[in-house]
Amino acid sequence: MYHKSRFAAALAAVGCIGLAGCAAQPKEGSAGANAATLSVKGSDTMVQLAQAWAEAFMKAHPDVRVSVTGGGSNTGFTALISKGADIANASRAIKPEEAESAAKKGVTPKEFVVAQDALSIIVNKANPVTELTMDQLKDIYTAKVTNWKDVGGSDAPIVLNARESSSGTSTFFQEHVLGKGTPYAATAMLQPATSQIVSGVGQDAGAIGYVGLGYLNDTVKAILLKKDAGSDAVAPTVANVVNGTYLLARPLFEYTNGEPSGTAKVWLDWVRGPEGQAIVKKLDFVPAE
Amino acid sequence: MASPKRGFKERAVEGVVFSGGMASIVLVVLIFLFVLKEAMPLLREYPLIRFLTDRGWQPTLAAPEGPWFGLMPNLWGSFLVTAGAVALSVPLALSTAIFTSEVAPGWLRDMLKPLVELLASVPSVAIGFVGAVAINPLVKDLFGLDTGKSAMAGSIMLAFMAAPTIATIAEDAINAVPRSFRDGSLALGATRWQGIASIVLPAAKPGILAAVMLGVGRAVGETMVVIMVTGNAGVLPDKGLWYAFTHSVRTITGTIGAEALEVANGEPHYRALFMLGVVLFTITFILNAIAHYSLGKGDRRAQA
Repeated sequence: MYHKSRFAAALAAVGCIGLAGCAAQPKEGSAGANAATLSVKGSDTMVQLAQAWAEAFMKAHPDVRVSVTGGGSNTGFTALISKGADIANASRAIKPEEAESAAKKGVTPKEFVVAQDALSIIVNKANPVTELTMDQLKDIYTAKVTNWKDVGGSDAPIVLNARESSSGTSTFFQEHVLGKGTPYAATAMLQPATSQIVSGVGQDAGAIGYVGLGYLNDTVKAILLKKDAGSDAVAPTVANVVNGTYLLARPLFEYTNGEPSGTAKVWLDWVRGPEGQAIVKKLDFVPAE
Repeated sequence: MASPKRGFKERAVEGVVFSGGMASIVLVVLIFLFVLKEAMPLLREYPLIRFLTDRGWQPTLAAPEGPWFGLMPNLWGSFLVTAGAVALSVPLALSTAIFTSEVAPGWLRDMLKPLVELLASVPSVAIGFVGAVAINPLVKDLFGLDTGKSAMAGSIMLAFMAAPTIATIAEDAINAVPRSFRDGSLALGATRWQGIASIVLPAAKPGILAAVMLGVGRAVGETMVVIMVTGNAGVLPDKGLWYAFTHSVRTITGTIGAEALEVANGEPHYRALFMLGVVLFTITFILNAIAHYSLGKGDRRAQA
């Protein structure tokens, strides 16, 4: 009986593959016939921004098809190096090791700043804590402090949200808050996407997480950051990135293989031009200049 | 009767069937060898003993402190989530199997069986999404946890996925018990439940065990659901079993699923993920072998 049902399942699987193959063919033909394609891959922080760019860009250039995928800055660099993407999005600069392995494969990554961001620390709206020093933030993410009462909050355990190791944001946070080579606490939950940090922090009263400026919404509360106990608390806002007072401000990059040409050049000029930068503002990130 | 043409046809069909069968064996062996070949060079840069005993998994931690490729938090997470899933799904699936095969009237049975099988084919992303938006908050509120992203949520979702598999295969095993066994026990004055509990179920035991093992195999190998609902924190159970079960864990499949697409070919992180693949392969191989062995035992007993 069991063998029979397994055979039926195998048969069904073969049938599905066959059908899918037939259905996929005409679609492929109509999209790829004479349209230029551009694949943009990488930073999850930038994925909504890149998608908004792509939509507006394709309206302005109907002959170009832009595909945007997230996954994390590492994913973008890996794809650029293996020539699996035309543009790599990154929320951190390329690492020396990555530049090295790119050179080995004959790829010369060229960097463009396309926007700026304030890496924002978020907590649940019910949390009374409104500001943290950089040291407190480090202690929280290395599990030296595990209860909100030790940083001026109520007596409740801290629920750590961080990003997976593929994330440029995770690397940026590690280097600028924990210190390079300092591990995250093992109890930090590694979320595969920024949106899951936002929803997790919205759900759990004791949660803390970090997200790009464009992901702030009214389901979570952004924390004000202080250099140390005596200095001013600064909110993650566009103005504070522009005037240089926010401590976790960072550029957002796009990388191409060599000097961009053809469609990639049109894309980058457009993204860094007035139309692209207007979308940056609209999605609550900070323009490049 | 036996014309030469038919003999040729017969042999041709035999050949096709034989090579089809061999192909699956060859493929499995080749895949395993490939995974092994990609994994082994890790040991040159990261000693086996560290892989087996390190308490942390932080693949992008900068030198000299890192990187850490510790199997233990991953293996523990997989074990805990799977064990929880088995504890939840086996009673449910077995009662379903007993009900549909022994108790339910014909028309209900004809309706239930395809529905259970349909449940087995719900895509895992869909189940994961349900888990993330519905089960996580529910688990959190029910048990007063800090966050619903926990091993328990993972177990519940995996139980949901494994139960239909276990139920249909166990039902087949129960159905395969000859009618005469049931008639015999009734004739001896046993009640229907006595017959099921002491005659039918023991006779179907090898098949039921195989069903459970295949269900466990599905739970161990599931990726998308656990990434979405368990929170993926690579921790070891320092604060007891219940604490661990109600807090976040990181599974082998979750780690591979979340990290495999980003690593550059050939670097230690890539090797370490393949090494996790070797471990996962070995686990599922053992589970399948147990399932197969117990099925074989059942066949022999039925013939004896």
